[in-house]
Amino acid sequence: MSNDVNESPVTGSSARSANHFVAPLEETPLVAIDVVKVAEKPSNLWIDAWRDARSRPIFWISGVLILLVLVVALLPGLFTSVAPNNDCQLALSNGGPTDGHPLGFTKQGCDVYSRIINGTSTSLTVGIIVILLTTVLGVVFGAFAGFYGGWLDSFLSRIGDIFFSIPYILAAVVIMSVLSQYRSVWTISLAIGIFAWPSTARVLRAEILSVKQSDYVMASYALGVSKLRILFRHVLPNAIAPVIAITTISLAAAIVAEATLSFLGVGLGSDIMSWGNEINQAQRDIRTHPQTLIYPSIALSITVFAFILMGEVIREALDPKARALR
Amino acid sequence: MAGYILRRLLQAIPVFIGTTFLIYFMVFALPGDPIIALFGDKTPNPAIVAQLRQQYHLDQPFIVQYLIYMGGIFQGNFGVSFSGQPVIEILARTFPVTLRLAVIALLMETIAGILVGMVAGLRKGKLFDGTTLAISLILISLPVFVIAFVAQFVFGVQLGWARTTVGDGAPIQDLILPAIVLASISFAQIVRLTRSSVIETSSLDFVRTAYSKGLGRRRIIPVHILRNSLIPVVTYLATDFGVLLVGATVTEGIFNVPGVGNTLYQAIIRGEGPTVVSFVTVMVLIYLLVNLAVDLLYGLLDPRIRYVK
Repeated sequence: MSNDVNESPVTGSSARSANHFVAPLEETPLVAIDVVKVAEKPSNLWIDAWRDARSRPIFWISGVLILLVLVVALLPGLFTSVAPNNDCQLALSNGGPTDGHPLGFTKQGCDVYSRIINGTSTSLTVGIIVILLTTVLGVVFGAFAGFYGGWLDSFLSRIGDIFFSIPYILAAVVIMSVLSQYRSVWTISLAIGIFAWPSTARVLRAEILSVKQSDYVMASYALGVSKLRILFRHVLPNAIAPVIAITTISLAAAIVAEATLSFLGVGLGSDIMSWGNEINQAQRDIRTHPQTLIYPSIALSITVFAFILMGEVIREALDPKARALR
Repeated sequence: MAGYILRRLLQAIPVFIGTTFLIYFMVFALPGDPIIALFGDKTPNPAIVAQLRQQYHLDQPFIVQYLIYMGGIFQGNFGVSFSGQPVIEILARTFPVTLRLAVIALLMETIAGILVGMVAGLRKGKLFDGTTLAISLILISLPVFVIAFVAQFVFGVQLGWARTTVGDGAPIQDLILPAIVLASISFAQIVRLTRSSVIETSSLDFVRTAYSKGLGRRRIIPVHILRNSLIPVVTYLATDFGVLLVGATVTEGIFNVPGVGNTLYQAIIRGEGPTVVSFVTVMVLIYLLVNLAVDLLYGLLDPRIRYVK
């Protein structure tokens, strides 16, 4: 049928002048473009994001790394049978690798490999507690400030400004120096999280400001849905994506913060196994025995790298604008 | 413009009061005792504890302590460190060093970051782009003390190109290595920012117009693309300057740079709680002032900002 439409002008023009070439009209058959694919499942942001993420090799690389870190944290016994604290022998102080002790010994004569394996859960626990804390605080502050606006927004945003104005490592240093008798995974997570939430709140607030202008929100108002229900049922689920994206990166930042505080000596007590503590202990011997410092640093860096990589994948998958930049 | 400056200054007042209050409140309300903590495991002499308490006004009610401190700040009195030196004198000695270090680091990261980011953005999807993206992600993942130790060990101990610690008077050549360490992480961020900004600007209509009216790449890239891509980069650089001024604690500590950060580092290591608190307060104030100056500068550079409520 399309041929019939095409034929007449082409033949007409070629009949008029033979030395002019006129290209035949190109037309895609209607069936190819205008058909509604009923069989396909309806897509949404999350399904699109998952499709995008799983097609990328770095998603799988970071995913496997994170899985490995999780397994090491949950089941350290699978990877080492050497007790991290009890089998230390001062005779082996700063010793090189031997059979069964692949990474050598610390200054105290403890097995470096075993201490790294057993320190994994500390870093991960701190990271998870911190992001739970920052997400809860950030969502509460950001959602109410963005959705209700007015004086509540001014009030909550000013509180956020105050916490945001203090660099959170400095704040954590102050809290941890005051809490010197109460150093634990919980206090350090609190010290980091209590000053890290305003960035989450800001991101969510900005997103809610644009989502609450949407027609479906207007429709809910028109139907008489209560404000609180609109916030939790319609606005929040549609504004939460950027929060999810930065949460993974915050987890990495929290792990770094814990290691930094422990490295400074105001983090976890020396009785708690932590990569930051190991690096702190090893720094005096950097000239003679760099290995005791390098191995925990590598473990720390790889873990942080995995979470940052995953955060990037999630951010790009959830943000069509970022996808275009690849 | 005058209205904008006034509004911005008025906004800064509650934040200034809030931050100082918050730090004081934390120290006051948290269960630890900074004076007892000073003695570590030893049992303190009650008379000395009482004297120290009086010296730091810790025997007064919270709000009085806070007002005494705030009154002091307005007279240029930021407290006394545990070695008995006024904090303001220590600042006068150490701040120029930190400032020098921050400026060197900022210059390095700006020049290198914008150049690399621009080339990566213009060659989006090519090998150079992919390599720089991977390197920048790795740099961002490395905690600053890891970079500092590796640099110190490789360049200082093994290759002997630089001194591992900074010497007397902090000469420029000793500051290069710590500055590179400080610049490395921000460098990665600047590369990423410049890259995405260049890609975004390159696809805008005015760039296409410039191409279609026959301008060459040598004019379009610096004048049309780069100039319009640098706004988010300048924003980042300005805040990073504030971070460099206060956040160099770890790097200054490791390289023994005689700056503000190192003073804080030494106080933390020795567990001198009150000194830590007064230095952190001063640093937060510096940070606030830099951010305020940056905001005012923006109002000057970008007229749109002045009218946003």
